[in-house]
Amino acid sequence: MSDEEDDIVLSELSNEELVQQMHDDLYDGLKDEILEGVNILLERGWAPYKVLTEALVEGMRIVGIDFRDGILFVPEVLLAANAMKAGMGILKPLLAETGAPKQGKMVIGTVKGDIHDIGKNLVSMMMEGAGFEVVDLGINNPAENYLEALEKEDADILGMSALLTTTMPYMKVVIDELKAKGVRDNYVVLVGGAPLNEEFGKAIGADAYCRDAAVAVETAKEYMSQRMHNQ
Amino acid sequence: MPPAMLADTALAESAVTVSIPHSTTPTILLIACGALAREILAVIECNGLTGMALECLPATLHNRPEHIPEAVREKIRAARGRGIETVHVVYADCGTGGRLDRVCEEEGVTRIAGPHCYAFFDGLDDFAARADEEIGAFFLTDFLARQFETLIWKGMGMDRHPDLRDLYFAHYDRVVYLAQTDDPALDAKARAAADRLGLRYERRKTGYGALADFVQRAASSGC
Ligand code: B12
Repeated sequence: MSDEEDDIVLSELSNEELVQQMHDDLYDGLKDEILEGVNILLERGWAPYKVLTEALVEGMRIVGIDFRDGILFVPEVLLAANAMKAGMGILKPLLAETGAPKQGKMVIGTVKGDIHDIGKNLVSMMMEGAGFEVVDLGINNPAENYLEALEKEDADILGMSALLTTTMPYMKVVIDELKAKGVRDNYVVLVGGAPLNEEFGKAIGADAYCRDAAVAVETAKEYMSQRMHNQ
Repeated sequence: MPPAMLADTALAESAVTVSIPHSTTPTILLIACGALAREILAVIECNGLTGMALECLPATLHNRPEHIPEAVREKIRAARGRGIETVHVVYADCGTGGRLDRVCEEEGVTRIAGPHCYAFFDGLDDFAARADEEIGAFFLTDFLARQFETLIWKGMGMDRHPDLRDLYFAHYDRVVYLAQTDDPALDAKARAAADRLGLRYERRKTGYGALADFVQRAASSGC
């Protein structure tokens, strides 16, 4: 099917059909179609936040479920994430202007010695999609990067990612450093990455281990509402 | 399956029982990743080791490490059911985050030390010492050099979506081929893989590294 035909089809769909189609396009990692869909919904007067949550975040939630269940594998997830990222590129400046709800601020990064970043990027994006402000420190981060950024950004949440058995223990180094500086309890510490588990999260003194991006968002929201409550 | 017929694609995708020459009544079982089958056989053959059987799990489990511990447990229990008491696991942790070690402990078997095969071929201490400097390295072994097209290029979807290459490898600067054998054809394959990934190429002869010691010690564990 040519792009031109795609254009006609997408813009002729009702809102409901278009959102459904965008979920399918996200699932198939079709970046151009996602960009087009986002623009059509905006032209139809949808608030950027509504486009983000109903078309993109919901679509990516479905991708996440099928990845967890072994139906999709890494390439599909990465293509879907890339398509969502493109859509968010349009929405982000608009969200800032239109004052979407704000949940809190997270500093996230892959730990020292590790340059796997697909999962971390996905978590960043889904956190942003849920209204968190995210400062992404990238890969291979020594403890001082996290500590500096947490302070400078006045963040609420620290997120650390590790995909290697050899790098996961470094998360404890970072947490111990936070403790040594007397600031551990200023932050909610979330950790993730395929080789981790809940027991490990507890053992190193994190607040929670999150199996995937959806759990990360839910957990972060819970902690933020507890924090509001306690303040 | 006799050693000469060990096809890489079978080792990648299926569970394979490898028959070992001169080991008609084996008392020791090695349970290994398919990516290590040829290398284990080479160590057995060149040291004239006897009394061992080798069963491999599909090398593709590498990408689903959460399934490795229970798959290994099943093999151990099946072997015990057949009366083979001495079992060794030739799998690194392989991203199981310690779960494979727990299975080995529960079942009373030993495992080759190390986080992944790249580290035990290279030597655990040497690999760790070079970790900072080689942070941007993507490693190949003989098996991966042979299987690059199937397991990495196609397996990671780069054949269908060439843009994925940059998404995967943006932070990499080189391919380091940890060579078990001196084979110019494999060297050429590994170099071609590096070219395809747009990364600089380095070859390091490691031989069988810690795998050789492990298999040899395993051979004398059966009495
Ligand atoms: C893709 C991949 C790669 C890509 C990485 C591309 C990139 N830009 O990240 C490539 C091919 C480049 C690669 C390279 C290597 N890899 Co790799 N890789 C993988 C693989 C197959 C998938 C990881 C992934 O991206 N999953 C998809 C994402 C979406 O899932 P995820 O990361 O788990 O993230 C989710 C959750 O865990 C969670 N989460 C993740 N982070 C965080 C953070 C927070 C704060 C929270 C709350 C949640 C959270 O949410 C995410 C979204 O749902 C894994 C195997 C596996 N199945 O895990 C091996 C694996 C991690 N790699 C491994 C290895 C060994 C390597 C190499 C050394 C291999 C080599 N030949 O050189 C190199 C690394 C070299 C180096 N210099 O460091 C091993 C690690 C073994 C071990 N003992 O630790 C694994 C387990 C494969 C294996 N069994 O051998 N790899």
